[in-house]
Amino acid sequence: MGAFSRIPQLIVYGIISGSIISLGGIGVSLTYSILGFSNFAHGDIMALGAYICLGVFALFTGLGLGNTPIGPLSFGFSFALSFVLALALTALAVIVIDRILFKRLRKAGSIILMMASIGLALGLRNILQFFWGPQPHYYIEKIQVASIIPGLGIRIKPDQVFIIILAVALVVLVHCFLQYTKMGKAMRASADNIALARVTGINTDRVILWTWVIGGALAATAGILAGIENKFITPELGWQMLLSVFAAVILGGLGNPYGAILGGMIIGLSEEVSTAFISTGYKPAVAFAIMIIMLLVKPTGLLGRRK
Amino acid sequence: MMEQFIGVINYIVFFAITAGTYGILSLGLNVQWGFAGLFNIGIAGFYALGAYTAALISGPPPSAWDGRMVGGFELPFIVGLLAAAAVCGIVAFLIGIPTLRLRAEYLAIATIGIAEIIRLVLKNESWLTNGVWGLQQIPSPLYNPIRSGVTGFLQVHSDWPAWVHSLLSRSYNWFYLLLVIGILFALYLIMQRLVRSPWGRVIKAIREDEDVAAMSGKNTFSFKIQALVLGAMIMGIGGSLYAHYARFISPSSFKPLYGTFLVWVMLVLGGSGNNKGAILGSFVVWGIWAGTDFLTGYLPFTASQAASLRIIFIGILLEVILLWRPQGLLQRERRFPKYLRPRADDK
Repeated sequence: MGAFSRIPQLIVYGIISGSIISLGGIGVSLTYSILGFSNFAHGDIMALGAYICLGVFALFTGLGLGNTPIGPLSFGFSFALSFVLALALTALAVIVIDRILFKRLRKAGSIILMMASIGLALGLRNILQFFWGPQPHYYIEKIQVASIIPGLGIRIKPDQVFIIILAVALVVLVHCFLQYTKMGKAMRASADNIALARVTGINTDRVILWTWVIGGALAATAGILAGIENKFITPELGWQMLLSVFAAVILGGLGNPYGAILGGMIIGLSEEVSTAFISTGYKPAVAFAIMIIMLLVKPTGLLGRRK
Repeated sequence: MMEQFIGVINYIVFFAITAGTYGILSLGLNVQWGFAGLFNIGIAGFYALGAYTAALISGPPPSAWDGRMVGGFELPFIVGLLAAAAVCGIVAFLIGIPTLRLRAEYLAIATIGIAEIIRLVLKNESWLTNGVWGLQQIPSPLYNPIRSGVTGFLQVHSDWPAWVHSLLSRSYNWFYLLLVIGILFALYLIMQRLVRSPWGRVIKAIREDEDVAAMSGKNTFSFKIQALVLGAMIMGIGGSLYAHYARFISPSSFKPLYGTFLVWVMLVLGGSGNNKGAILGSFVVWGIWAGTDFLTGYLPFTASQAASLRIIFIGILLEVILLWRPQGLLQRERRFPKYLRPRADDK
């Protein structure tokens, strides 16, 4: 009975972690469908974003910019500004990486790109470790008090509400972008068939640029939100989430951003709810098991279709 | 002077044992990636699985202060080695079934996943693995006979110069080096035979174009499973050699991605699809890895920063190879029937 009484609370944690996984998954899915490879550096791009935010925030604090909390949240204006700047800088960083590395390897095929992304993953993680060290860093050290939702007995912190609202807002934004803007349509066309998109006059270079901008910014968001939720960040942050993110993307259907969101939610919820029954250490194993079952039952994923 | 020279010899022996063990891993990966085009990024998982299996089969029973309750059958070295290969083969088989009918990405992700789960099991299931404290007192094969033989010999010849004594005092490592190199060489010969056999031609055909191989009536799924299992078994052998040499293994001996990553760089640098390249790459990259350890010692960085710098360097090395010399140091062997040799102009 004890295990079951925790489930409503774990569902809330699952939604939070699912939101973060989904944001990471959208980028993986877009890169896969438009650039044609699985970017194993995506987790470390998330960590890069989290550390850029940390660096900018430290700079602002050093400049004497106040961080009076906004309403009930644990952070204030200067952190929010660092957050936004970190998204832009991360997007810029991945564009530069694409120019230096991935662009030149595009003709070599998807597996070579995948291999290059693994080298990049370790490179990025160790650059972070070189400058910031392996120890955890804190955005805001103050501990926030959780409020109890009456009736359900669920505890939730204002920051966690912020995470969920921001994730939902970004998902809606991405949806509108993909469905209603010219670039969004061009991206969907390129995801279907990039060669065909090119001959119909779509500027695929711009499509690729936007893919990195969206993927990079959402990855940074996921990394920073994970930092807010866990209260600290380490260079291993991205690697620790990578398996969950990929499990989510495969579960939803590799290459489908909506699938990534659905998969992210399912993986987040299953990982958290599983802790009522098995050791917390086995969270990645839960994601893995779900992924393997999906591969056995329907490899194209929940929302995938055969190409 | 003589002492320093002997120190260098001892270091070279130690270096070659490690590089040779990596050479075995690299040969295993070459079957999977170099010949069959299977993208396995869970090498460290198979390596750890092989090491733990060998340690549990050939090691001593749990001591009074161990958390584990099983294992330690004290069976001969070779039994542990074969068991390591068998267990790795079984795990590879289980991973292959859901993934090898699909695109390369799926195997890649599944191997990352299995490596992570192996790591979690090693850390958490202390009844079997002794958790973070690891397995100790793993016997090295023929350690006692060789030690007592050498000690006896030196006692008889106690009048011989001191440098002979310090040279011979580490002679067990020479034996282990012979063992590692012997197994490496045997595996190399087997692999060479295998990749030139009809079986090898099929897996190479699958690497080049799976649809064409399938059209020729080959059950490509079955051949891919076989290549994956064979490669994993070789990695398991590498793991067992590590366990018996290190004599102590713990989850932290098998950093999830670094081990995998180093082996990849070794194979890619040496030349994937070439068994000589796989071995050459392992010695070259291990040399670079050990050399950077030496060099970063002179830089004003903390140990953690120096370690990061070395991995960044190896990462850049991989990207440079992929960008400018994707075929590696040694190219794939191109073998043609006598009458079908390509002319110089149509290569």
